[in-house]
Amino acid sequence: MNSPLESVALFNLGPVTITQALLSTWVIMLILVLGAVLVTRHLALIPGKRQAALELIVDTLDTQIRETTGAEPAPYRSFIGTLFLFILVANWSSLVPGVDPPTAKLETDAALAILVFLSVIWFGVRSGGLRGYLKSFAAPNPVMIPLNMLESVTRVFSMFVRLFGNVMSGVFVIGIVASLAGLLVPIPLMALDLLTGLVQAYIFAVLAMVFITSTVEDGRSAQTAPSPPKKDT
Amino acid sequence: MEYLSIASILGAAFAVAFGALGPALAEGRAVAAAMEAIARQPEAANTISRTLFVGLAMIETTAIYCLVIALLLLFANPLLG
Repeated sequence: MNSPLESVALFNLGPVTITQALLSTWVIMLILVLGAVLVTRHLALIPGKRQAALELIVDTLDTQIRETTGAEPAPYRSFIGTLFLFILVANWSSLVPGVDPPTAKLETDAALAILVFLSVIWFGVRSGGLRGYLKSFAAPNPVMIPLNMLESVTRVFSMFVRLFGNVMSGVFVIGIVASLAGLLVPIPLMALDLLTGLVQAYIFAVLAMVFITSTVEDGRSAQTAPSPPKKDT
Repeated sequence: MEYLSIASILGAAFAVAFGALGPALAEGRAVAAAMEAIARQPEAANTISRTLFVGLAMIETTAIYCLVIALLLLFANPLLG
């Protein structure tokens, strides 16, 4: 049995080794981008069937963002929505025979987690300025600075390990059961895998949103409030 | 077989076994509390289940860590060389 921690190289493109996860990532990106372009080509005020379905997706995303964090969804919709849709399609790509989901490999999840880490910095700096962002590390009081710095790395790392572990273990268990028991036996496990994939994509997006808004709000309150914080009664 | 590989296999099995105990108990308690909350206040079911899912994922992370450690021991053991 192949180790789930290693990735298999398919072919070399010059100095770059193309792995299966890389190939399926690019195919998923292509499908998502082309699908988005095709669906949004003829937007009308009175939506047709396709546009109505798309609006339903966007509206659900907006509602979720608004309800989980209380922030206005407009600046975050593109990043969080893309993150959610990509991870969802990637997790469910295991349904296609012969395709391993790219999120079951270490490098894809690490890349997604690094994206979240960078986007927290980006949104924090954009809303509160560099000073506001740096002050958000001293959020309740300056004693917390080392802990907050450590947390900004570890929370992203735990997102990375969580997504990798969940998706990889699903694929791994299906592989073991299929090799032990035969062709049709792992179908209930695959159904469970669909649910896990949806929940993990949702959780990844929600956690990214929560981290971003908490940094943004800390930065904002550090910017507006005077340095000795007011005591709430 | 060498002692080191036997110890690695045992370590992996124990990591998964005991690593699954704590999160299982914790998830059971979380789901029970959420069920009770939904039964008391069915109109808040959406918020409760959303928070429950995020919380369950947080709890599950500890089990996933143990799984990753077990896989490291089995497939990428640095001691076996």
